[in-house]
Amino acid sequence: MSEHFDAIVVGAGPAGNAAAYTLAKGGLNVLQIERGETPGSKNVQGAILYSDALERIIPDFREDAPLERPVLEQRLWVLDEASYIGSTFRSEEFKSGPPNRYTIIRAEFDRWFSEKVREAGALVICETTVTGLLRDDAGKVIGVQTDRMGGDVYADVVVLADGVNSLVAKRAGFHGELQPKDVALAVKEVLFLAPDVIEQRFNIGEDEGVVIEMMGKITQGMIGTGFLYTNRESLTIGVGCMLSSFREGGIPPYQLLEDMKNHPAIRPLLRGAEGKEYAAHLIPEGGYKAVPQLYGEGWVMVGDAGGLVNAVHREGSNLAMTSGRLAAETIIDLKEHRRVMSARNLGEYKRRLDASFVMSDLKKYKHVPDVLHASPHLFTTYPELMSRAAKHMLHVDGADKKSKQRQISQEFREERGMLGMLTDAYKMWRALR
Amino acid sequence: MSTNTATPVKIEEKLFQNRYRVDEGHPHISVRDSSVCRDACQDKACTFCCPAGCYAPDASGGVTLSVDGCLECGTCRIICAEHQNVEWWYPRGGYGILFKFG
Repeated sequence: MSEHFDAIVVGAGPAGNAAAYTLAKGGLNVLQIERGETPGSKNVQGAILYSDALERIIPDFREDAPLERPVLEQRLWVLDEASYIGSTFRSEEFKSGPPNRYTIIRAEFDRWFSEKVREAGALVICETTVTGLLRDDAGKVIGVQTDRMGGDVYADVVVLADGVNSLVAKRAGFHGELQPKDVALAVKEVLFLAPDVIEQRFNIGEDEGVVIEMMGKITQGMIGTGFLYTNRESLTIGVGCMLSSFREGGIPPYQLLEDMKNHPAIRPLLRGAEGKEYAAHLIPEGGYKAVPQLYGEGWVMVGDAGGLVNAVHREGSNLAMTSGRLAAETIIDLKEHRRVMSARNLGEYKRRLDASFVMSDLKKYKHVPDVLHASPHLFTTYPELMSRAAKHMLHVDGADKKSKQRQISQEFREERGMLGMLTDAYKMWRALR
Repeated sequence: MSTNTATPVKIEEKLFQNRYRVDEGHPHISVRDSSVCRDACQDKACTFCCPAGCYAPDASGGVTLSVDGCLECGTCRIICAEHQNVEWWYPRGGYGILFKFG
């Protein structure tokens, strides 16, 4: 093993793999270091794969990538204690072209992506934890320290793709600690169920998948959402709330998940399914304002390590892959023009990121985290009121519809007040426009 | 509020589904100063926020940590922001939780 590389990539998740693959394809001498037994064995996600971001890196990925089900149908449920109001979007047009999103099993997907990285010519080392950065007298990053014997390795540039707990960067003083209000804790289970039962239960065909996003009482007053995804022969069910909410709520995450599984609208969908894994993961949801410095002397940061997650649309892996690719393309360009990997030159990565959907989307929603933290009732009062309103209107009991409507509107006013509702609507509109 | 909380769940049963390679004698997380948990920390958020139930209140008013079921999420480190009393680093390469599905 040569002691000096063009680039070292820390981590083999979507961001690290996108970076390592692109760098290796660009002809650079790349070392990628992963702490798991295999790539993916430390990684957790919902998990949805957005094809566009991957297509720009590996156009023919559909030929052999381990994909579960293309998502044909997207449901949104607002739940109260015993009922839910739902919307569904299903389009046959999703089937006419190459699918836009798939459910995946991350451990399998990451292993596949890593195989592609190896094929592209990168050296991938697993079971190795990066413990720190090596720097020269001027402070420029010149390599990494690992927990292997004689584990110092040198490179022109280090790509930090070590995920939400980006401790290497933190230890190097590149950023501070994550704050409980800027991070969501998600817990989930993978439950096995026969494919034909899944297809009957969710009203889908053999090669079709459903995503159900949920909000309301299932988070028991906390800021967060739940999700249920159909895989080929399993279901993924989970719930994520802001860590600051968990602290205030006092309900253990696994209890929250169990209660959600027992909701009368969800329980029948899971009947007979066998739990095979329970996982937990943090998601950097602080948005635009929480994104740290993403480049410096001899280093760049990509994916979750850089807080690049669009919490409003629950997109993360596509931002990760795109940032990994843009960082790699920047490094390749610098290399080709024989320019040094200085902060000034690597700033081009940030400029490309700013010009892409990644920073544009984060910027669009930069006020959302503040609004949600200031308005937790959005997650309790409205779902309850909506559900009560539907119940009133649908329950035929001899009362006329006009008085039902009057009662509903009175309940809304009593709970939030006319001004409160207008303020909520205005704040949400401002944050989402 | 939590009318659905009909079945208190045993976290051990959930963790039992998972695959681990435990690094005997080398816990990757530790409590820096147990007296801080006992004397300075009011809510002991780690005992109800950790998704693996690694932290339990102990008889002396402090906290007991057992890292074997750790899911390596980082919650305990971040929730302890005020006291910064959790020493958190990744397990040695190859050890710890090994997700089959992730």
